[in-house]
Amino acid sequence: MTIDNNQLLRFTTAGSVDDGKSTLIGRLLYDSKSIFEDQLEAVSNTSKRKGHEGVDLALFTDGLKDEREQGITIDVAYRYFTTPKRKFIIADTPGHIQYTRNMVTGASTANAALILIDARNGVIEQTKRHTFIASLLQIPHVIVCVNKMDLVDYSEKVYEDIISQFEEFSSKLYVKDIRFLPISALNGDNVVNRSEHMPWFQGAPLLHTLEHIHISSDLNKIDARFPVQTVLRPQREGFIDYRGYAGRVASGIFRPGDDVTVLPSGFTSKVKTIDTFEDSLEEAYAPMSISMTLEDDIDISRGDMIVKTNNQPEPIQEFDAMLCWLNNLPARARAKYTILHTSNEQKAMINEVVYKIDINTYNRDEEDKELKMNDIARIKVRTTRPLMIDEYRDNRITGSFVLIDDATHETVAAGMIL
Amino acid sequence: MSKYYLNYLDELESEAIYILREVWAQFQNPVILFSGGKDSIVVTHLAKKAFYPAKIPFALMHVDTGHNFPETIQFRDQLIEEFGVQLIVGSVQESIDKGRVAEERGKNATRNALQITTLLDAIEDNKIDCAIGGGRRDEEKARAKERFFSHRDDFGQWDPKNQRPELWNILNGKHFEGEHFRAFPISNWTEMDVWNYILRENISIPSLYFAHDREVVWRNNSWIPVSEYLKLEEGETIHKKKIRFRTLGDITITGGIESDADTLEKIVMEVSAMKQTERGNRSDDKRSETSMEDRKRQGYF
Repeated sequence: MTIDNNQLLRFTTAGSVDDGKSTLIGRLLYDSKSIFEDQLEAVSNTSKRKGHEGVDLALFTDGLKDEREQGITIDVAYRYFTTPKRKFIIADTPGHIQYTRNMVTGASTANAALILIDARNGVIEQTKRHTFIASLLQIPHVIVCVNKMDLVDYSEKVYEDIISQFEEFSSKLYVKDIRFLPISALNGDNVVNRSEHMPWFQGAPLLHTLEHIHISSDLNKIDARFPVQTVLRPQREGFIDYRGYAGRVASGIFRPGDDVTVLPSGFTSKVKTIDTFEDSLEEAYAPMSISMTLEDDIDISRGDMIVKTNNQPEPIQEFDAMLCWLNNLPARARAKYTILHTSNEQKAMINEVVYKIDINTYNRDEEDKELKMNDIARIKVRTTRPLMIDEYRDNRITGSFVLIDDATHETVAAGMIL
Repeated sequence: MSKYYLNYLDELESEAIYILREVWAQFQNPVILFSGGKDSIVVTHLAKKAFYPAKIPFALMHVDTGHNFPETIQFRDQLIEEFGVQLIVGSVQESIDKGRVAEERGKNATRNALQITTLLDAIEDNKIDCAIGGGRRDEEKARAKERFFSHRDDFGQWDPKNQRPELWNILNGKHFEGEHFRAFPISNWTEMDVWNYILRENISIPSLYFAHDREVVWRNNSWIPVSEYLKLEEGETIHKKKIRFRTLGDITITGGIESDADTLEKIVMEVSAMKQTERGNRSDDKRSETSMEDRKRQGYF
């Protein structure tokens, strides 16, 4: 088997039942032969019981009991499939407005977003919402699937009009890479196999696109950042003096001999070794989990960050961020929350809600200052001690944080640093 | 110039190591739930790599139904010795003897559901604040929504509708006394990934996974091994077959498949051509369409 160098691509899908999102995922799984016989049998039985004709592909992705009863998806569900080219992880999220928090969650780790548009309806509020989230979370690649082309006679004009509509509203957003595809998930046009109904479309089908999008450059290879998770002190024979800083490289590249600075203390040293179970490495880059040793004995613990001396993040206590509120309890004014940023944990306060943003119209509201579930706002944050931050646009790991309510221990907000 | 990306197995491994290190950093008394099955063996292997050159900082906890394959117990004890880690055993038989649970009756009685009480008791008795499991999201539809860090209330219960959102790679393990977490470092792995990884890393696994001759009976569409716990039903006859197991659970409910795959390479070939999911041979999942979700809510693995 030639599995050796296949990459992993994570993508998110957003859409409502009506868009045919579940059908599309079911089609991808089915046509790529990722459905097992017993799953097919279970779905066929349910389809029959519900009175559907044939196999309802959407049922492959419907998860928990409550959802099957309600006929909607209410949380992020993860699906997996593999082709000879890549392994895929789908974060499948519901598209309703009240589930912004799930879309944000699914989008946070995605390399690509699939946005579905019903060809009969064109760009609607939900399309704008999903595109906004993709842009807010800086998903590197956006694939807009104009679905149900079979219901508009596979019309090139309908497709082109929708692209124009889309480009018009999305010009205000920052998305690095957008592609468009006319598909019919129900009939399989341009999903795995090229459509015979749309000879006017020259592009590759969806699966081929997913298999070939260039994702190696999605991670930041410039700014070397190494948040320390824990310190390894084996204190056993052969390793008496070993002191390894364990963590996952957030971005950039580290090599033995590099001049590094430990933040927030500011002590400097050189990288001595980069170790894994098998080997000492010549270089380490994101997202590798390693253990790093330094030439000098410095006091380093969880929450510290090792960076290259000639390229340092800003240690800062006050900054602006876009915040998505994720909890039923609204934000309390001037309340203190625990902030988790990389492996660092501090206290933080929301100093000011600058404006809230309507994710359907992109209008700003500077009057309403209350942060409720699913709200997205620009805020000013103050922390008790400095955080070593980068802008989210440059670095999804060192540019992101969550807030935790100390009264409930729940994760109540997700932030992207501006 | 070298390539600056990881292949998918390296990326999955790195993610799992990251999660294991977060568990160690965020909890006081974490354990690895060890069943003797391939997934918990892979998690233990990953823990070895995550903390090297230090040794595995977690105890292994085994919930022993008493209905084991002897091979599983033998394998478990060898592994404990090899890694020099502590073993905690929660015994279902003890839970029955103490009157904490009652043995199921009837034709398809198993001790599967009884494990929940034993597991939760063992977690409470040993003051465990995080139990690391080998659960994967591809196994079953209820598992598809599990978080890496999954919160359990002070009754040990999972509330799938009220899960903490998990964004980027930030994990929130904060909890009140009496509550605990389950952590799933190989959430994003599929059965195929696990086998490819076992092959690549040459990880030793119990002989039960390899094709071997065994006495079995045909029941619920799979080959159930003959053991002292198996009561033959009318019309059932004992066959001698060359079989292997795709998952390992209780000897009473784990069905084998006919196979000639007696090496890791052959198993990987066989699994990649499989037409049934691995849990298709587990009668515990066949009881109802939502049986896994119902058990998970109560505190199952």
